Amino acid sequence: MAKHPTPLLDQLETGPWPSFVSDIKQEAEHRSKNPKGIDFQAPQDCPADLLGVLELSFKEKETHWKHGGIVGVFGYGGGVIGRYCDKPEEFPGVAHFHTVRINQPAGKYYHTDYLRGVCDIWELRGSGLTNMHGSTGDLVLLGTVTPQLEEIFYDMTHKLNTDLGGSGGNLRTPADCLGQSRCEFACYDTQDLCHTLTNDYQDELHRPAFPYKFKFKFDGCPNSCVAALARSDFSVVGTWKDDIQIDQAKVKAYVGGEFKPNAGAHAGRDWGKFDIVKEVIERCPTKCMSFDGALKIDNANCTRCMHCINVMPRALRVGKEKGASILLGAKAPILDGAQLSSLLVPFVPVEKPYTEIKEVIENIWDWWMEEGKNRERVGETMKRLSFQKLLEVTNIKPVAQHVKEPRSNPYIFFREDEVLGGWTRDINEFRKRHAR
Amino acid sequence: MAFISSGYNPEKPMEGRITDIGPRSFEDFYPPVIKRNKGKWDYHEILEPGILVHVAENGEKCFTVRCGAARLMSVSLIREACDIADKHCGGHLRWTTRNNIEFMVENEAAMKSLVADLKDRKFAGGSNKFPIGGTGAAISNMIHTQGWVHCHTPAMDASGPVKAVMDEVFDYFQSMKLPAPIRLALACCLNMCGAVHASDIGIVGIHRKPPIVDNEVLDNVCEIPLAVAACPTGAIKPTKTDFDGKKINSVSVNEDRCMYCGNCYTMCPALPLADYQGDGCVIMVGGKVSNRISMPKLAKVVVAYIPNEPPRWPTLTKAIKHIIEVYSKNAKKYERVGEWAERIGWEKFFELTGLEFTHHLIDDFRDPAYYTWRQSTQFKF
Repeated sequence: MAKHPTPLLDQLETGPWPSFVSDIKQEAEHRSKNPKGIDFQAPQDCPADLLGVLELSFKEKETHWKHGGIVGVFGYGGGVIGRYCDKPEEFPGVAHFHTVRINQPAGKYYHTDYLRGVCDIWELRGSGLTNMHGSTGDLVLLGTVTPQLEEIFYDMTHKLNTDLGGSGGNLRTPADCLGQSRCEFACYDTQDLCHTLTNDYQDELHRPAFPYKFKFKFDGCPNSCVAALARSDFSVVGTWKDDIQIDQAKVKAYVGGEFKPNAGAHAGRDWGKFDIVKEVIERCPTKCMSFDGALKIDNANCTRCMHCINVMPRALRVGKEKGASILLGAKAPILDGAQLSSLLVPFVPVEKPYTEIKEVIENIWDWWMEEGKNRERVGETMKRLSFQKLLEVTNIKPVAQHVKEPRSNPYIFFREDEVLGGWTRDINEFRKRHAR
Repeated sequence: MAFISSGYNPEKPMEGRITDIGPRSFEDFYPPVIKRNKGKWDYHEILEPGILVHVAENGEKCFTVRCGAARLMSVSLIREACDIADKHCGGHLRWTTRNNIEFMVENEAAMKSLVADLKDRKFAGGSNKFPIGGTGAAISNMIHTQGWVHCHTPAMDASGPVKAVMDEVFDYFQSMKLPAPIRLALACCLNMCGAVHASDIGIVGIHRKPPIVDNEVLDNVCEIPLAVAACPTGAIKPTKTDFDGKKINSVSVNEDRCMYCGNCYTMCPALPLADYQGDGCVIMVGGKVSNRISMPKLAKVVVAYIPNEPPRWPTLTKAIKHIIEVYSKNAKKYERVGEWAERIGWEKFFELTGLEFTHHLIDDFRDPAYYTWRQSTQFKF
């Protein structure tokens, strides 16, 4: 018997897509029956009361969660989000409903032993509800009470060898695509870079010292499956410098209809026979390809968009001189409008121990921590203080690749040492040449 | 309830404390076929919607079955996924960036028995627990935020409208008949926890009423200079006002300058914006993050306001499905929604979709607005 009637939410139980309402109900029932006789450390009816308060929001069209609340674990400034319900009497099970962010493993690969461990801890010490995963990448444990926070942290670190993720003005939990682990396009080991930097920057992740949040994301190739250049301040996107590798026999196999174009991604509609000229040569954004029985690529004019490789993955491979481009400054609309990341490092080899990449990161942080305003993302600092300044503090030489086009106004800031004779002038000397 | 200690001693918090260890290593979790072939994959193929095979240089295969899932997930459901992974996949599984679950096996027979097992699993209410799909020219799972489930700033729910939209477009999740992939996303406010601004079709919760000033507590719970500085349009000023016969420090809001971004509320809980009549969402169209063919681009607002209509947001879901269908019918193979709209011109986008173009859709926010106006006589009637 449900604790609260939920006639509105019940309408989200039908339809083919997995119903979160059915799932919460399943958990509510499981906790109510409690077959294992668990001495729940958070309210037993957490899920039931969550449904109750959500039903109220569905009815009233307003949220019932209060603003903030500073809770956490000793020594960390992030990883826990305080949350309180504004209807605690009606829904005591979610009166305190704090979130715990668990740093997910790179690539989001799991073994069931580990996940069952997380579930056991969370069933005992929290609501039994999670987000798999949060928008930044964390495994999110949704809803517990303050006295359980240290206990959860202790269990996570001691039993599962796992730490919390980030929140607040710090390095947020980095995330990556699955990369070389299961993808032939990946230009570097995203998992290793993600994991290594996450560990190297634990202090920045747990102890807020930044003007605002700072996100790392790692895409293995320009297809950008984790959307690094839209979702992260520091976006690392795999790329290559040399020629696309061509297997002409396999190109012919695609042309002859032996292989499915685009790995079968368009199989649900009859698009006609594969036409290499129409689908590859003419769709190439730089028109650097031609086909006369053999495929030719003018690699010096290729911008590595991946289209031809995506269409003919068995015939074309990314180049051999692989690495990554680094772009900086993506953010959501708050505050000055949404931004995508801008190209900062056209190419960097991605090799352990990643010294070159870390140098870029640390130069950016030093500058941003010095110059950034409170709650200013690095993308906004760049805009406020100029791309030139960013290049200067990162010791990166300006190249034409940095811009889509040069400026169309002549309001150039010259440094004094760039101008012959400098800026100190004598008005009397000037007046000798020009009467007042 | 008897308190069960983990071993943590609040008297001595540093005793036996483990910190700064980071996440578990991915090496602990790779399926064996992944571990053996990392960096040595030759090619991949989508066998049918939601089912991929990756073939290594040595001929070894990894079959992946991708299942949609609600992001909000109970431990009961995670355990069920674990049961499946134990039975079929040697205990290995992974999640994708878009909240899908992937089960991996090493041969076709194992893949087939896995698929058969997944297909029959339903929730008590009738929905699928592990629907297979989301690959290729399809609609993959929707990125979304917390909404009314857990957040203090939302202008709409997230899980609810996502369920409603995914039900509506489910056919496109389980097929690959679109011109290109469509990435859907929902953010329940402008803080936008997720890449909604660069999705093919994005839903963004917006407020439409300026904050209410809670004079009684404002000076006690907020730093007034921070609240003032939080406003991107300079709409908030410090002020002295009468409350209960006393002069108190507070703020005033220039309502004409407010664009309802909610940044002030983030800094000051005494400035709530949420309102059952004001709140709702916009639809944004044409963003992408992939560098394929065209450069990444931000999505554009094509519907300025849709009210919240719980539980199933019918106006919203209908509009989304309509945009998808018009795109699907008119775009060329490989063309993403934004590429299609740019090729035909946005004026044609509005003509073909029948969406009404209103003054709300013309950018008036700072310098970038000018670059979206048309400095040309080139346009289509």
